[in-house]
Amino acid sequence: MTDSQALDGNAIAGTLAEVFGSDMTTAMGECGHCGARGPVAEVVVYTRAPGVVVRCRTCDGVLMVITQVHGVFCVDALGLVELQMPA
Amino acid sequence: MTRITRGFHGRRRPDVDPARVPPGQYVTQDFPVLSAGPTPHGSLDSWSFTIRGQVDQPLSWTWDEFQALPRETVTRDIHCVTKWSKLDTVWTGVSVDRLLDGVETSAEHVTAFSDGGYTTNLPLEDLTGGRAWIAFSYDDEPLHPEHGGPARLLVPHLYFWKSAKWVRGLELQLEDEPGFWEGYGYHNYGDPWREQRYAGD
Amino acid sequence: MNWQPANVLELIEQTARTKSIVFDVPGWGRHRAGQHVDVRLTAEDGYQAQRSYSIASAPEDSHIELTVERIDDGEVSPYLADQLLPGDEIELRGPIGGYFAWEEAPGTPVFLVGGGSGIVPLRAMLRHHGASGSAVPVRLLYSARSLEDVIYQDELTAADRSDVRLTLTRRQPAGWSGYARRVDRELVAEVCWPAAERPLVYVCGPTGFVEAVAGALVSLGHDPARIRTERFGPTGGETP
Repeated sequence: MTDSQALDGNAIAGTLAEVFGSDMTTAMGECGHCGARGPVAEVVVYTRAPGVVVRCRTCDGVLMVITQVHGVFCVDALGLVELQMPA
Repeated sequence: MTRITRGFHGRRRPDVDPARVPPGQYVTQDFPVLSAGPTPHGSLDSWSFTIRGQVDQPLSWTWDEFQALPRETVTRDIHCVTKWSKLDTVWTGVSVDRLLDGVETSAEHVTAFSDGGYTTNLPLEDLTGGRAWIAFSYDDEPLHPEHGGPARLLVPHLYFWKSAKWVRGLELQLEDEPGFWEGYGYHNYGDPWREQRYAGD
Repeated sequence: MNWQPANVLELIEQTARTKSIVFDVPGWGRHRAGQHVDVRLTAEDGYQAQRSYSIASAPEDSHIELTVERIDDGEVSPYLADQLLPGDEIELRGPIGGYFAWEEAPGTPVFLVGGGSGIVPLRAMLRHHGASGSAVPVRLLYSARSLEDVIYQDELTAADRSDVRLTLTRRQPAGWSGYARRVDRELVAEVCWPAAERPLVYVCGPTGFVEAVAGALVSLGHDPARIRTERFGPTGGETP
């Protein structure tokens, strides 16, 4: 049951575009915890935190954490096995 | 260069004694809800608080046992690393000093752990000397789940990410282990007055 | 994608809680219906706040329009809805978001489901559908608390329209013969095309609403890969 506070990957489309250089909402990712696959737009996103926490919609495992340290984006994507850039 | 937006000032409250505001912080009147994951919804029947790790025997309290302990009500300012501060917040809880009373340990480090997997690390020393509580009431009401209820760690002298929501216990350790945000680049200690937001600050 | 200035041209009262703002954005390219922009406000002391807003206008419209729902204790929406004046300037970046976007192309029917302010990107899609002369069958199911809360009411309830179904969940006007309950599986089954027609579905609104509707669609046999979702958080308004 999704937390009502949680958003989805659409909410961080701008941030992801800034970090990755292009629109990532249609990129396909695979969860490193449970193997679930889906577009980035459908991940569970918590933006009200010291960083952006991206979790798997199936297993809640952390896929990615994005922080801004002194203006520089730091992306930890160790929870993602694969991220297929959109065509 | 960023243009100023005419007439915009956000939600902040303007007249505040600057001596109470750590560097880079803005005082707010509301109480923002920040989370790294879904709000856990457990029952009090299955709740417990445990002190374990470098101790002879783990100590554990059920909710009823916890509620039976002597409690304190304190008023403190809190400071979030996302730059909001809230002054004169009122909490009721059990002092961590009381929970550690009689506990013998050679540990100098603690990891606070919570429902949902969140952790944060602190020096054991910072949880003592009347500086930390396990709080179950905010503003005279039971602590709401979105703010960490039924109980959260309260360590107001550090950035508020150290005040772990939904706390279930303390692991006393010989080695310092970075917790959730510390592992993602936030400062290992987190003193708002020295603006220790990120590792290396 | 950079932050760029946007000049306020016009403010339009929509409902008691929502207001549309029309902007002139120098150098604005063409967006796709359903995309959004990020808006950034900067106070004199450097304090910044940023929010995302769906673009309410179609790519064919002459200016971009955002529709803001005023959140009572919000930080950004009360400013945008109540303080902005024509001639003011804010910063925005975009358009963003290729996932929740619809571009006219021959194909299967399109089913749009909006809850509260979730109607905003769907309205852009409907306007694009009309402006492009599309022959693709389209239907909108829009859930609002009452008729007074229906955003773009004149446009969506125009007499010559047959593609919009409203459901008014809390209050209905006298003589209301439309739906009067929250969107449930049965309602979706009645309004949406059968799964066998493989409609392309867009669902937008508060997180709980989107979850319920998407779940209903999947239980009716619709392919999850043909359901696109955009969640606006608990109130369906200010994100984050």
